[in-house]
Amino acid sequence: MEPITTFTAKAIALPIDNIDTDQIIPARFLKATDKQGMGDALFADWRFDAAGNPRPDFVLNHPEAAGAEVLVAGHNFGCGSSREHAPWALRGHGFKAVISTYFADIFRNNALKNGLLPVTVDAETYRQLVSLCEEGMGTTVTIDLTSLILTLNEGNRQVAFPIDSFARYCLLNGIDQLGFLLQQEEAIAAYEAEHPALVQTIA
Amino acid sequence: MPQTLFEKVWNAHLVRPESDETPAVLAIDLHLIHEVTSPQAFTLLRERGLRVRHPERTLATMDHNTPTTPRDANGVIPVTDPQARAQLSQLEQNCAEFGIPLYALGTENNGIVHVVGPEQGLTQPGLTMVCGDSHTSTHGAFGALAFGIGTSEVGHVLATQCLLQSRPRTFAIQVNGQLQPGVTAKDIILAIIATIGVGGGTGYVVEYTGEAIRALSMEERMTICNMSIEGGARAGMIAPDDTTIEYVAGRPFAPKGRAWDAAVERWRTLPTDEGATYDRTITLDASTLAPMITYGTNPGMGIPITESVPDPASLDDPGARLTLDKSLRYMGLIPGQRMIGHPVDVVFIGSCTNSRISDLRQAANLMRGRTVAPGVRVMVVPGSQQVKKQAEAEGLHQVFLSAGAEWREAGCSMCLGMNGDQLKPRQYAVSTSNRNFEGRQGPGGRTFLASPLTAAAAALTGVITDVRTMLS
Repeated sequence: MEPITTFTAKAIALPIDNIDTDQIIPARFLKATDKQGMGDALFADWRFDAAGNPRPDFVLNHPEAAGAEVLVAGHNFGCGSSREHAPWALRGHGFKAVISTYFADIFRNNALKNGLLPVTVDAETYRQLVSLCEEGMGTTVTIDLTSLILTLNEGNRQVAFPIDSFARYCLLNGIDQLGFLLQQEEAIAAYEAEHPALVQTIA
Repeated sequence: MPQTLFEKVWNAHLVRPESDETPAVLAIDLHLIHEVTSPQAFTLLRERGLRVRHPERTLATMDHNTPTTPRDANGVIPVTDPQARAQLSQLEQNCAEFGIPLYALGTENNGIVHVVGPEQGLTQPGLTMVCGDSHTSTHGAFGALAFGIGTSEVGHVLATQCLLQSRPRTFAIQVNGQLQPGVTAKDIILAIIATIGVGGGTGYVVEYTGEAIRALSMEERMTICNMSIEGGARAGMIAPDDTTIEYVAGRPFAPKGRAWDAAVERWRTLPTDEGATYDRTITLDASTLAPMITYGTNPGMGIPITESVPDPASLDDPGARLTLDKSLRYMGLIPGQRMIGHPVDVVFIGSCTNSRISDLRQAANLMRGRTVAPGVRVMVVPGSQQVKKQAEAEGLHQVFLSAGAEWREAGCSMCLGMNGDQLKPRQYAVSTSNRNFEGRQGPGGRTFLASPLTAAAAALTGVITDVRTMLS
């Protein structure tokens, strides 16, 4: 994985609460056995009508949304299904971060494993970001994972954001969590020696 | 120090505790996999040259992307969608290569992953269980710590039988009193989610306690724990008791002989100790609950069936107002409108929430000798081949078929609209599943979540109906 430290990017707003993973990528796009093309299915039913034509009123279809790498979204983003296809779709479309007041657990975990930053902010910062996005047809933000500071470049505001310290370490160094887990072999073997299987699926 | 049920299971599975810099390494007893969220995890194993550490602690089934249409002349369930066929054969190949047992489509033990685990006696008190599916919380009904994971984590567990986890907080939801006739476990959990909201349980493991929970059967407890994730909690748990032990006894993978006695002894130590505390507690009274129905596009948007659609104008928060307004426009509902009497196009009885034998019995009891309302499509989808077999042995399929309903093969079916079982745009469904998200049951489809009893009532009347008026 590419290390992530700091980046400045255009943000757009989708100020709806409880955006679930079925909206981020509907189930009928989960038939693939790889991760290719997921970006095309991002928000499929909001982006396209039944005939597959772009809905002009949806933010991702606005001309100014082109090149946006940060999505500002309402409370409890990513609730619902555990599908990792949701962060794959967001990454596939080019998003590097989602800013919200609250993230659903499984989505946050999945995002952090795919280089998609879940940036949690307070309600006031969120409202300012939405206003800036709506007034300016997008706004520019800087997300610094080293200092854990979000800067609203046009809003004259800097706020700290929290991120799980282990996930941050992995992202900053471009290492994946499986590598760390594999290094725990000795501890895992010791645990297993003391704890025989409680259940077996092969009789 | 007194411990909660969650703390006992968590502590017993710590390979390495959490530190300031690293999450806990948690040992996983049982890993369930299915065709949709596992293929990319196997790719990861191949890329890294890794094996599956414990194929004998792993079980695969096919459920999400499977048709529920009738078998052909050879007894095979035909898979006509080429993408589905590819995904299913990929799972077959992965299981064969890595030595993982598979309940393939149409075979005698196949079914929805969260129906199969308990049915086979694999789901047991005190286990840690994971699956690449958010409704893994279902298995918490047995006092297991069970939760949904993403595909990267499926790869982690395949490779190491462990998971990196931060310790969640604990949340006790105590349900006192006794349910009234016509009110079910589904109504309890819909009322809980309406109370705490769809994000209310985020970061917590819920333990459901109280007289009303203790009085539930295992299948009803599974319905409750299944929807924990709809309140944001990754896991829901219920302490094991005689009901649990009786349910597990004698099932194919349950411990036998002296191992059974030892297991029961261990399970008896799991319930939360006197004096243990939770990070958060709420209390509900089951005796005041009515049948619930959802009106909006998330499972927290539920009300007692006798009530009317809420008005966005009554909400203070602008974000919440916008969200409710958007929901009602999608649903085609008007603030203040009564739910009872709203027309229904489709009734779906199935899903990992409500497709077990007791769910089907409840629906059949109401539908016996009655006829489905004209123009309503009613799909009854058993959760597994074993449930199907049992229902047919009891003649339930004849009750459904005589009433004019469809009796289908087992699977996730219309719960998630990826396997051919879909709503048409703008159709209204009363569904016993777990999610009423926009398009969840098919693009443009509109879902009212309810219990099997309420669904059966709507099937017979063609409109949303208070089932209590139909009970003798």
